[in-house]
Amino acid sequence: MNIIKRRYLYFAISLLVIIPGILALIFWGLSLGIDFTGGSLLEVRFESGNPPSITEVANLYAEYSTPELDISDPIVQPLPPDSLSIRSREMDDATKSEVVTALQERFGSGKNVIILNFTQVSPAVGQEVARAATVAVVMAALAILIYIWFAFRKVNHAFRYGTAAIIAMLHDVLVVVGVEAIFGHFLGWQVDSLFLTALLTVIGFSVHDTIVVFDRIRENSNIYRRVDYETVVNHSIVQTLDRSINTQLTVMITLLALALFGGTSIRHFVIILLIGVFSGTYSSIFNAPPILTVWENKEWRTWFRRKPVAV
Amino acid sequence: MTRRPYLSLVIILLLVALASWVDLSKQITIVNPLNGKTLVDRKVDIRLGLDLRGGLQVLLEADLPANATVNSNDLTTTRQILENRANGLGVSEVVMQSAPPNRIVAEFPGIQNSDEVVKALQQTGLLEFVDLGDERLAVGTAIQTDYGTANAVPDGIVTLSPTNTASPIPSATDTVPAPTEAAAATSQETPAATEAPAAPTIYHTMMTGASLSSVNVEVSQQVGSSGYVIAFTLKSDATTMFSDYTGSHVGKILAIVLDKHIISAPSINSQIDKGTGIIEGNFTQDSANALAIQLRYGSLPVPVKVVESRSVGATLGEESVRRSLIAGIIGLSVVILFMLLYYRLPGFIADLALIVYALLSLMLFKLIPVVLTLPGIAGFILSIGMAVDANILIFERLKEELRAGRTLRQAIDLGWARAWPSIRDSNSSTLITCLILFIFGNTFGASMVKGFSVTLAIGVLVSLFTAIIVTRTFLHVVLDRIKFAEHPRWFGI
Repeated sequence: MNIIKRRYLYFAISLLVIIPGILALIFWGLSLGIDFTGGSLLEVRFESGNPPSITEVANLYAEYSTPELDISDPIVQPLPPDSLSIRSREMDDATKSEVVTALQERFGSGKNVIILNFTQVSPAVGQEVARAATVAVVMAALAILIYIWFAFRKVNHAFRYGTAAIIAMLHDVLVVVGVEAIFGHFLGWQVDSLFLTALLTVIGFSVHDTIVVFDRIRENSNIYRRVDYETVVNHSIVQTLDRSINTQLTVMITLLALALFGGTSIRHFVIILLIGVFSGTYSSIFNAPPILTVWENKEWRTWFRRKPVAV
Repeated sequence: MTRRPYLSLVIILLLVALASWVDLSKQITIVNPLNGKTLVDRKVDIRLGLDLRGGLQVLLEADLPANATVNSNDLTTTRQILENRANGLGVSEVVMQSAPPNRIVAEFPGIQNSDEVVKALQQTGLLEFVDLGDERLAVGTAIQTDYGTANAVPDGIVTLSPTNTASPIPSATDTVPAPTEAAAATSQETPAATEAPAAPTIYHTMMTGASLSSVNVEVSQQVGSSGYVIAFTLKSDATTMFSDYTGSHVGKILAIVLDKHIISAPSINSQIDKGTGIIEGNFTQDSANALAIQLRYGSLPVPVKVVESRSVGATLGEESVRRSLIAGIIGLSVVILFMLLYYRLPGFIADLALIVYALLSLMLFKLIPVVLTLPGIAGFILSIGMAVDANILIFERLKEELRAGRTLRQAIDLGWARAWPSIRDSNSSTLITCLILFIFGNTFGASMVKGFSVTLAIGVLVSLFTAIIVTRTFLHVVLDRIKFAEHPRWFGI
């Protein structure tokens, strides 16, 4: 099995996923949840099994909206089979009670309307959380770079290992964020603190995987001193392949169980983790070690040169 | 350790026994057999977060001008007062945490209607008139009262036991000079109760601040007094009750308690039957004013406002618990099956180690205690996958060494030694992430994020322990006598 030989194919596959994600980010952006923007989120279940339509809810909200407390234009999403999630600007407790009573009276059809959850965040807190979230992601990346640098300090070119691991990690971050942007556009997914948690976990997991492969390269470089670097790297990947796949399988089994049977409120979170874990394993096999080879051979010198034409 | 796998085995079995005991019990008690003293007596129960049991979380922020800073002592005091108020509502297991510099996170399990709670928190202090009997407690003492509890009397109504009403003492004046803490001589002869039991006394609240109609500071009419008194008027519906009560409790102490702390403890000199009275003491104008304001409005060192609130209905919580449990069981079973099929005998050993891992983690969750949230459970289930990873790393190495022709005993030690750097480095990076998530979650009262990082970190640490000690010991105990050459299939080779 020669994975290193086809490295540019694997880079291309990564780009195939990442580029649409980046385009989605540029054109649609991420839709931020109320954790970061501030506002109210009301999730209600209609025991009758007949939730009102989106326009009906929007009209009801518009009725209770005042110039000081503008809650018109709520974003309403059905949560099948019988619930709704309604997002609006921040409202006060009194308005919330009135809205829920109105929902009960008009659309309850004689059955109960149950508040599943109600969240409100002031815009100031939201902004602060968003800022801290960015800091958290950057801090995590830096801390891990320093750690890898330290762990591989005795190997030649320790800095390369750290950088390659960070590039693989950024790959996973881009995949996850890109997918979130695409799903956000089509399915209405929103970036909340749980998404952030998933992202940070993916960062941890991605590096976890990469380190296992690098560790093998570190060990093999000492054993096979005469063999060329490319072969050593490829050999290391093949040796750790069983482990990479099996570990990924077990983690994905547990996550899949959560996604299929766990509560709806964490489904978004679990699916992001699933995608991230898959991407993490992919990048630790097909991106991070090939990057080391590219670096070792300084291949970028030939990237923009025309290929010699065969005569 | 490799020399003595049986010693490690005994230690592991003891740990497992301990873990099973803690996991299965709701209360653990350890008594010292020598002197019969109770060493440990703790409730160990799995604590569910608000998202799983339903409830309300509120993030409160100091409502001050932007440039003002909050003194950390003030924040702590505010938190304590709010906590007392919340407990006064009859809400159980309220958790309040200061989130410096200027926030307080409050959690109310089981509460659905946020409006009431939030109003109660922001409103004035809870003022109670508490019957201390003959006990004279110092100002500032924290006490427990029966207000808001199951056997409490409704606001402003007092039930007097027949024995108390037997000897009503007539009184002439309607403004009663009540000697306060400084001038008290009448009830000093009963400083008993030194043999008081450890359990705190719960005092009876005979009236709350809701029964006061007005409170004023007045200059004392009495010669020789320090100058200021506080005059209060009762609402008409409380007058008769107060009259009966004071009539039957002359000489007893009626403490004025704000948010469960005694702010004044005058004794009743005579019956107050006209609905007005005065509190006397060594007041300066300032201290009298301060007390009057407390009586009128209660007090918070720092005013607070709600900046974030999250409530989860109990239905959603129950559903989540049930579903996570199912997901966890299915996930764990499939992983166990996978390990068994793929790695055969070592896989079976890994499965045993996985069960030890689950038992130990659960014990830690209960002992620390960790509040389990939905993402917390997800973190734990995710860490099952990571726990298996350490074993997979070891087994892959084990296989390699076996293929290279080593004996089983050598292969186990070599495989373990070679897998260790990978296990260490990879888990360290996960722990670093956990730490950063924890700090982030802690700053914003994002208990979901915090819960996730805590359970994942515990999971990683316990999985390191099982990988280092448990799997290795089991491998040695089970495999040292097996001749690999006779049973290669047991190892999937």
